[in-house]
Amino acid sequence: MKDKNSGMTLIVKTVTRWTVLLIMLYGFYITFFGHLGPGGGFAGGIIVVLSFIHIILAYGKDFVVKKINENIAGILETTGGLLFLTIAILGLFTGIFFKDFLGKGKVFSIFSAGIILPANIAIMIKVGFGMLSAFLCLILFSSQQEENKKKE
Amino acid sequence: MFKYLAYILCLTLFFVGLYGIIVKKNLFKIIISFIIMENALNLFFILLGYRKSATFPIFLKNIEQTNIVDPVPQALVLTSIVIGLSVTILMVAIALRIYEKYKTFDITEIKNLKG
Amino acid sequence: MEILISILIFIMIIAALISLEIKDLLSSVVSLAAVGLILTLLFLLLQAPDVAIVQFVVEILSLVILIRATIIRDDSVYDRKYDRKSFIYRISALFCVIIFLIFVIISLKNLPPFGTKIYNKLADYYIKNTINDTGAVDIVAAIILNYRAYDTLGEATVLFTAILGAVLVLRKIGRLRNER
Repeated sequence: MKDKNSGMTLIVKTVTRWTVLLIMLYGFYITFFGHLGPGGGFAGGIIVVLSFIHIILAYGKDFVVKKINENIAGILETTGGLLFLTIAILGLFTGIFFKDFLGKGKVFSIFSAGIILPANIAIMIKVGFGMLSAFLCLILFSSQQEENKKKE
Repeated sequence: MFKYLAYILCLTLFFVGLYGIIVKKNLFKIIISFIIMENALNLFFILLGYRKSATFPIFLKNIEQTNIVDPVPQALVLTSIVIGLSVTILMVAIALRIYEKYKTFDITEIKNLKG
Repeated sequence: MEILISILIFIMIIAALISLEIKDLLSSVVSLAAVGLILTLLFLLLQAPDVAIVQFVVEILSLVILIRATIIRDDSVYDRKYDRKSFIYRISALFCVIIFLIFVIISLKNLPPFGTKIYNKLADYYIKNTINDTGAVDIVAAIILNYRAYDTLGEATVLFTAILGAVLVLRKIGRLRNER
């Protein structure tokens, strides 16, 4: 029996290498066009996390934990939250909390609709890396439990 | 009565979740009942905002839209779904800790071991 | 249209009952996924594409988490016979459901019949003025991030707190055990 942490077979790994970037790109598309069509920061963030989870399930947890451990994911999550708060406080300088300080722009173009686009990006970072840190903790916990079982 | 059939079926789904929370002894079955109740509530909000032969609340280029579905319940449900996911993660985490301590998911066993 | 929606909700009820009553935990989680995916279909039929995308993605993530959590644990313990106690639980559940059902039937008279929602002042304002006020085309995104952005800030706080709780509960090794 092979070690569980080394991931799945060669076929799965090859397919993963081809598809992960496409999934991540779709998440970014959904986030950046949130004010022109269905989607937004919540859906885009979770799609970006699903691409990370795809890597974790195919290559084993050690491949990802070496690059992003749960501390870095937590720091990025708080960065997203602070970014959203910063947008709100920048509105305070021009008038009220959450005031639209960027202007409306031309309707039906990407750089329009004021604070909706930067707020979508902030929420994508917040939701995405929050879910990633929780998932990493779950996986580390269950693998550690297996090690304890082996020792006993 | 036929006009209210969709509402009544949706509330029946809610009661299925309630039945699961009261009767089941397994911790994971209780979490599953929570998720079912959440889904039923979200569906009820969206059912309330629906209008017959109306379009989605997104404006299209060069097309005049007058009959649009009510957008307020959709905006409320959108945040509620994501909160439900994070609460599910929290419940699973607590259930795994309980399993590590007592080696079982059965809630009556857990009560007995406490002493 | 209404008949199609009613049939789909009926299938959801059957899948929920199966997922509650089946013995194997893995089958029960898969049956729960059927409930969520039919819910996505219903959101699309009810003209809510924003909510449908979020529900679809969230369903997949929660399915991955629930399967990861249940697949390792042995599940031979439950469904032992609790004759008298279990009977009392079932009776009390039935009692609760009947009480709630009476309230539901009383309050259904005050709701508008399905498919005949009349706009209130708020929805009317949002539909008429969204493009002029914010410049966004998607009304739902405009409500979440511009009209009611304060609400979303509170929601982000709730999400942060829930994830913080999960990370704290699953901390690697407790401090006490380390010292021993």
